[in-house]
Amino acid sequence: MDILNALTVIGNFVLIPGLAYGSQLALGALGVTLVYSVLRFSNFAHGEMMSFGAMLSVLVTFWLQSAGIGLGLLPPALIALPVSILGTILLCLLIDRLVYRYYRQTRAPNVTYLIVSIGVMFTIGGLVRFIIGPSDRIFTDGSRFIIKARSFKEMTGLNEGLAIKMTQGVTLATAIVIVIAVFWFLNKTRTGKSMRAYSDNEDLALLSGINPERVVMITWVIAAALAAIAGTLYGLDKSFKPFTFLQLLLPIFAAAIVGGVGSPVGAIAGGFVIAFSELFITFAYKKVLTYLLPESLAPESLMQLLSTEYKIALSFIILVIVLLIRPTGLFSGKTL
Amino acid sequence: MSFLIGENMTGGYGSVDILHSCTVGVERGEIAVVVGPNGAGKSTAMKAMFGMLALRGGRVIMKGEDITALKPQERVLRGMGFVPQTQNVFPSMTVEENLEMGAFIRRDDVAETMGQVFDLFPILKDKRHQPAGELSGGQRQQVAVGRALMTRPDVLMLDEPTAGVSPIVMDELFDRIIEIARTGIAILMVEQNAKQALAIADKGYVLVQGENRYTDTGEALLENPDVRRAFLGG
Amino acid sequence: MMEQYRTPLMFAMMAALLAIVGIFQSWNVALTIVNLCLISSIMTLGVNIQWGYAGLVNFGMMGFTALGGLAAVLIAMPPVPEAWAAGGSGVMAGLVIIIATAIVSLLIWKQLKGRGAKRYWLTALSIVIGVVIMRLVADPSIAAIESVESARTGYLGGFGLPVTLSWIAGGFVAAGAAFVIGRISLGLRSDYLAIATLGISEIVIYVLKNEDWLARGVKNINGLPRPVPYEIELQASQWVVQLADMLGASVVDVSTITVKLSYAGLFTIVLLIFLWLSEVALRSPWGRMMRAIRDNEVAANAMGKHVTARHLQVFILGSAMVGVAGAMLTTLDGQFTPASYQPLRFTFLIWVMVIVGGSGNNFGSVLGGFIVWFFWIESEPLGLWFISTITAGLADGSALKTQLVENAAHMRLMTMGIILLVMLRFAPQGLLPEQKR
Repeated sequence: MDILNALTVIGNFVLIPGLAYGSQLALGALGVTLVYSVLRFSNFAHGEMMSFGAMLSVLVTFWLQSAGIGLGLLPPALIALPVSILGTILLCLLIDRLVYRYYRQTRAPNVTYLIVSIGVMFTIGGLVRFIIGPSDRIFTDGSRFIIKARSFKEMTGLNEGLAIKMTQGVTLATAIVIVIAVFWFLNKTRTGKSMRAYSDNEDLALLSGINPERVVMITWVIAAALAAIAGTLYGLDKSFKPFTFLQLLLPIFAAAIVGGVGSPVGAIAGGFVIAFSELFITFAYKKVLTYLLPESLAPESLMQLLSTEYKIALSFIILVIVLLIRPTGLFSGKTL
Repeated sequence: MSFLIGENMTGGYGSVDILHSCTVGVERGEIAVVVGPNGAGKSTAMKAMFGMLALRGGRVIMKGEDITALKPQERVLRGMGFVPQTQNVFPSMTVEENLEMGAFIRRDDVAETMGQVFDLFPILKDKRHQPAGELSGGQRQQVAVGRALMTRPDVLMLDEPTAGVSPIVMDELFDRIIEIARTGIAILMVEQNAKQALAIADKGYVLVQGENRYTDTGEALLENPDVRRAFLGG
Repeated sequence: MMEQYRTPLMFAMMAALLAIVGIFQSWNVALTIVNLCLISSIMTLGVNIQWGYAGLVNFGMMGFTALGGLAAVLIAMPPVPEAWAAGGSGVMAGLVIIIATAIVSLLIWKQLKGRGAKRYWLTALSIVIGVVIMRLVADPSIAAIESVESARTGYLGGFGLPVTLSWIAGGFVAAGAAFVIGRISLGLRSDYLAIATLGISEIVIYVLKNEDWLARGVKNINGLPRPVPYEIELQASQWVVQLADMLGASVVDVSTITVKLSYAGLFTIVLLIFLWLSEVALRSPWGRMMRAIRDNEVAANAMGKHVTARHLQVFILGSAMVGVAGAMLTTLDGQFTPASYQPLRFTFLIWVMVIVGGSGNNFGSVLGGFIVWFFWIESEPLGLWFISTITAGLADGSALKTQLVENAAHMRLMTMGIILLVMLRFAPQGLLPEQKR
């Protein structure tokens, strides 16, 4: 019974990647859920918003690299982040002014917003590909690992290694900071509370003197910032490729819906539920079981519940199941 | 000169008029009640005075100023408070947050006013950190009224505040309303429970089909044989 | 007066555009575009039936197209006897087990209604047990099948029937899938329906990509049989050579154009059939009822019209059309490539076609299919030409110029987006609006 080694395997291949991926999904889902609860539509363009933010980070990082500016052990993209956030905010405000505002004024039905957001998705997607091209870009820099697998083995004397990539650590740390900031804003500030009020009961909010256009603007600002951060973190961790952000849309929607659309806490929880489900269900338990069980019972095959190819499909499966069984999600968000 | 009066109001939601030259008014510290059968236009009259529908004829005057053209939010700034019949709280927000939102247009310190609301409705103080959506019907009405009081209005308009609550809760609510009136706030109330409402009313308006049928003190209307026969069950 | 002429005018302009391409680029290119336009039009018709008639938002066209393509494979490709011998029975058994698990789980779900947590756990348990049993039974068979000449086949093969039959089969397969999908998801509200259908179609594609024993997954299936002659055969035939001589064109060109024209002919026949059926349905009492439900669902429900059943009908019909188009597409390509089914190209682009053409109008759908696909393809050369012209001033080696020229091709995504947004804002009914009756 080698518990420590078993735990290390789980830690290295499930826990740590899960925390990183979960954070990225959580930030994405938080943006989607905020737009949904205030503006009342599913923003299909959110993936491309993330792509745009990531693109800005990539461009600024490249410029920083060419100017020889770095951030020591940390990736220089962190310096680029404020620029990326600002750029994405400006883009979203511009799009709201040019596109969405008209439909608010004409009180268009939900479905219209959905299709409009498809148009926005095309437009931003095309813009990103036009500016930076469709190919893969790696823009992480600085030190690659916080802890290397080999160093871990040396430190602990265990058979199995545990590696924590710098980008994973940065992702988790940033996510924690941002989430705390967003929750503080929503629960402790007057403006944040006015957003929640508007989302709760629009007519009563108007009656109370809350300015709807201001609430909308703030929502876009926060959603854009979250998208830029989530996009940059995802791009740092994997690599920047415009195409992947369209694919990320469904896991993000899945996370928001599983947690309960309209509930910020739900979005965070949903992100981690999806990330860990993907990893736990497609994980090959062979090694772990080998460590835990006596030799005679050691398994031959990989011991996977579902094969690894189904990893992303799993978030869709979870999404569909949740939509059919419990559309309000874990934290009872809004449905109809 | 009335503190708040809607004079000869004519209008409705679409092309059909619901109100026909209807007049409703209230003084400071007074409780005015509007009663009548279903579809008489009671809520419509109140909404017209709040500015939620455009009048085709007549005007609304408050504190001597003609406010007919003002939007509801502007009337709130002038000192009007309105408690809708339904959807009158923010269900996912706590009682305290609801009150904070009620005072949204105020920029000064609202702690004192909140204290006064809690004095008026002690139960809310106990439940101040509970989401309003989890409270019982009667308590939610208290939150709704408290929310409207947070702007320190000069006149408070309530649309059927006791709709769907038990008799005990109704009594308690009316007691509170009397207390509020005693602080000098003018109360205008539309009510379905005519008998109990008129019992606490200084002035009563009986509307039928959008017109004033009877206007008198609450006591007098309760004694009026015609009114009793038609609306109070004899 | 103008209204009557609008439809023919629009189509005439479309024909003119295609002719221009034919003259200035090549007739081969023009005909390729035409064939894909025809297929896209059928898909758009299918979506329009769901959206324009009934207001349903279906983002799962990709899945139905792929299922249509799968049908083309299963019907037309020859069977692989060794594979069947190696594992056919195991796979069949696995399928039976899956169906049984589904039925049992569904029964458990229904029986335990209102029993709270127990319901979820027991249903989940039955599903897990079913999956485990299936894997135990089917896995060895699957491995056996996939190892039979995996470079060339490695799958079960099809039924070896004529290819045009597969188009009809594509419709049925898609209809069957639509029945299941519709039953479970049509109760959802519009944006949830959109997300659910998108998710389900992604799952379908995933299964196709990974279950090699079914259709070789990402290894693709080539050499699908076709209903028209092969270019090589044509190049050898007498009349083609003579025609080439007469026109002063190359033999190769004449052969390829003949092949494309033949496809175009077949596709047009299918399109016309569907168009005629759709028009008949639109004007029928059934069509009127669908529109009444779309415009005021609550009232329709109150009047006793069985709304969900109607929605299901429409969902099945529209999806069947998309399935047929999918089968036709695979036949045209001559190969089945699961990886090529992308939501952008197949789902969202079709929606642009519906909106631009005119939702609720069948001719609008056809027009939309033509116009949008035309611009989707032509915007690459057009964009390139446009960028080259405006950067003509810049020095040849400048980084900006190379960057812009390289990425000019990607302008089409942005242009499509802007076209969609402009249409939605200024002409939401589309180019050929729904006709009021």
